[in-house]
Amino acid sequence: MMQFMLLFSRQGKLRLQKWYVPLSDKEKKKITRELVQTVLARKPKMCSFLEWRDLKVVYKRYASLYFCCAIEDQDNELITLEIIHRYVELLDKYFGSVCELDIIFNFEKAYFILDEFLLGGEAQETSKKNVLKAIEQADLLQESQSEDWGSLPNEEIL
Amino acid sequence: MPAPIRLRELIRTIRTARTQAEEREMIQKECAAIRSSFREEDNTYRCRNVAKLLYMHMLGYPAHFGQLECLKLIASQKFTDKRIGYLGAMLLLDERQDVHLLMTNCIKNDLNHSTQYVQGLALCTLGCMGSSEMCRDLAGEVEKLLKTSNSYLRKKAALCAVHVIRKVPELMEMFLPATKNLLSEKNHGVLHTSVVLLTEMCERSPDMLSHFRKLVPQLVRILKNLIMSGYSPEHDVSGISDPFLQVRILRLLRILGKNDDDSSEAMNDILAQVATNTETSKNVGNAILYETVLTIMDIKSESGLRVLAINILGRFLLNNDKNIRYVALTSLLKTVQTDHNAVQRHRSTIVDCLKDLDVSIKRRAMELSFALVNGNNIRGMMKELLYFLDSCDPDFKADCASGVFLAAEKYAPSKRWHIDTIMRVLTTAGSYVRDDSVPNLIQLITNSVEMHAYTVQRLYKALLDDISQQPLVQVASWCIGEYGDLLVSGQCEEEEPIQVTEDEVLDVLEGLLVSNLSTPVTRGYSLTAIMKLSTRFSSVNRIKKVVSIYGSSIDVELQQRAVEYNALFKKYDHMRPALLERMPIMEKSASNGPTEIVQTNGEAEPSAVESKHPPPVTQPTNQANDLLDLLGGNDVVPVIQTTMPTKPASAGGELLDLLGDLSLSGGPAPAPAPSVPASQPPFLLDGLSSQPLFNDIAAAGIPPMTAYSKNGLKIDFTFERANPNPNIAVITIHATNSTEAEMTDFVFQAAVPKTFQLQLLSPSSNVVPALNQGTVTQVIRVLNQQKQQLRMRIKLTYTHKGSAVQDLAEVNNFPPQSWQ
Repeated sequence: MMQFMLLFSRQGKLRLQKWYVPLSDKEKKKITRELVQTVLARKPKMCSFLEWRDLKVVYKRYASLYFCCAIEDQDNELITLEIIHRYVELLDKYFGSVCELDIIFNFEKAYFILDEFLLGGEAQETSKKNVLKAIEQADLLQESQSEDWGSLPNEEIL
Repeated sequence: MPAPIRLRELIRTIRTARTQAEEREMIQKECAAIRSSFREEDNTYRCRNVAKLLYMHMLGYPAHFGQLECLKLIASQKFTDKRIGYLGAMLLLDERQDVHLLMTNCIKNDLNHSTQYVQGLALCTLGCMGSSEMCRDLAGEVEKLLKTSNSYLRKKAALCAVHVIRKVPELMEMFLPATKNLLSEKNHGVLHTSVVLLTEMCERSPDMLSHFRKLVPQLVRILKNLIMSGYSPEHDVSGISDPFLQVRILRLLRILGKNDDDSSEAMNDILAQVATNTETSKNVGNAILYETVLTIMDIKSESGLRVLAINILGRFLLNNDKNIRYVALTSLLKTVQTDHNAVQRHRSTIVDCLKDLDVSIKRRAMELSFALVNGNNIRGMMKELLYFLDSCDPDFKADCASGVFLAAEKYAPSKRWHIDTIMRVLTTAGSYVRDDSVPNLIQLITNSVEMHAYTVQRLYKALLDDISQQPLVQVASWCIGEYGDLLVSGQCEEEEPIQVTEDEVLDVLEGLLVSNLSTPVTRGYSLTAIMKLSTRFSSVNRIKKVVSIYGSSIDVELQQRAVEYNALFKKYDHMRPALLERMPIMEKSASNGPTEIVQTNGEAEPSAVESKHPPPVTQPTNQANDLLDLLGGNDVVPVIQTTMPTKPASAGGELLDLLGDLSLSGGPAPAPAPSVPASQPPFLLDGLSSQPLFNDIAAAGIPPMTAYSKNGLKIDFTFERANPNPNIAVITIHATNSTEAEMTDFVFQAAVPKTFQLQLLSPSSNVVPALNQGTVTQVIRVLNQQKQQLRMRIKLTYTHKGSAVQDLAEVNNFPPQSWQ
């Protein structure tokens, strides 16, 4: 299974963190700091895999964002690269040509999409269409509820 | 109260902060506002506030005061609230805090909610961060949802079940019924998550594994459909249909086929099909091939399939994509033990990977290269590996050097090649070589007798170039100390002998002593080397001077050595040649090399020589000189005997008796025999008395003789030459007893004329078994520097049939070769 996924910028700023193993806040911060440093130190010609503690780390850079996953020993590194790619495609479809700013300003949506794609460190849906459909429906539900309840219109809730 | 600032607004504001301090100020202000808003129990904006809190948490600021608010959001009926609430719970809460248990009831309700998206949120949260207690409470709900016909929920429930099993393995049984028709689903999401669930169960329980083996045909069918089916836009990735599912199925097949012939056979065809038909131009195809190879190697596949798998890995090695090369090297490393020959075919590609730019690839290529070295390819491989050693990162050098030594030891085609390889490693990566290599190398060099001259010459030349690499310097000084005479006499056969004088050699060694680059250990080595040369070179005065200078060195180790060596020059000069003679061939013991053998003898002398540096074979000196003084100028030199620890006192008395019988003026009892270390390792006796070590050069040709034969006791002498000092004869006595009663308390003593020196080592035992059933052996070493005819007086004492027996004899029938 995937133990955690981190998204960070080239300056090392964290944009998303999803943990599938229980760790204290302090430990998470330490791991994040260490891993960000290690990955940012890698040269462009190096391969996308590295060994870190007892895990395998798979990372890929898309524009200004690094997508970094830690998987266990028996997991397939190459398919993990495909998982990362699939997630980027989902974000891209949802936001329409996604860029880092989209993820900064709509981080909660990035999480929602991730949670429709992965669950407990494993892929739950392999069809791009189905994931996006589910998100769409959930968004609609959010909107329709707010209309029914006569509260703030959806764009203004958060 | 104005509405709290919106999330996007806050993000925008915080991003305008130019310094960390400014950002912190903004955050603190906002946190205060949020806190008061929470206090007011504001329902409308709670989710906005929590969302902002989550943003600030991601920046690294504390947000624990929002934990309870998350729970309130989860409990709300609004979907937005639930969405943010569950997100907050997953980010801010974890199972270590008791607070999280408050979620359990909400989750339970939401698992039964009428809206599937709410149920989905609950399943997701439980599957990501559910603690064992929560899992126990909610497992029943999950199990129910696993049986639903709603595929959206079923797939989530399957992964949630995986999490429950991971947290509480005992609950695995309860999910078994629900797995019955999971694989008959058409929905890929459900199929994928079901395969994950089945994998988890099979990995954890051998019973489950055997139970699910019957699914192999079904899995094979599903995989086949994926490969054969036409284009399916929904699941297509670069022309491959649902690679994620394919990979998971292959992994499950691996687990089911392992150690099971039938299952392995059932999946043979499909594996071959996947291996040959999968498109390899993109990463996704290679991902499937990679998983296929892992499966083929792990199950009981037929050899043709295995070769196919290795060939795929070989093709991977040639791929431009470094990720693929990395993965190939990792897999080959796993299979090199079991499919050695197949991997050998790709040796040249692997060796090329040593030149790769990526550090991880280089390391794997190095490990794999060492695994592939064998007697046939050693020369070629070593060339590549040495080249690698030259140019690799310092982190690799130690491992690579050790690997080279190991491989060289196992497969060296010739001694010369071996020595050359070692030299190359020492000169290129000398400082990275492990400490234990130095004694191992010394031992190797000692044992390559015919290469001594060549070795010492090469090492000397290397020293002239560079004295900074300590292991090289240590080995070199040891060799120069031992074989300096060969160096100066220009005896090298293997290459052009160099012309070097004794003074030049001593210059180099003295240079090591004073150099800043030399560590204390190295200095010790060079001082001892200089000392050893005093018996091999003629410039003894110069050596004496050096040694006396270091007698006042600040370094205690050096000082002690120098003082002892000084004493050797002054009081014990007659012992010096014997002490500093050439080292014998060292038997390799399992744990360490040369150090073991020498400690046993060396302990008799109070020498503080380091264990790493084998001291020359020593003799107990004190007693001999006392005796000489007492007896003053006689023809016979008394025995210096190492006795068994049980009888030191009586040995002294008997010694006196021996001398008395030979008509010498008596003297007071000599000092008792020096204490031999209590733990006499059998190695000493094995090594020296029964299997002489010095026998390879000049042993042949000296016939054994019977020295004594009376009353059933027979004593035979066998001879070896001490290698390489021809002045020392090593005699082994063999005492046998042909009577019917054994001889106990057997003691053998010997004395030689004054021009000789004699050392008697410990006997193998003091009981000579009856009826020739065994032998007592003992080693005598005689130094015959003046090459006079060897004569010996022996005295035997033993108890036989209850009475003490004592006898004296002269041995004059030594064969001429033993003393010429």
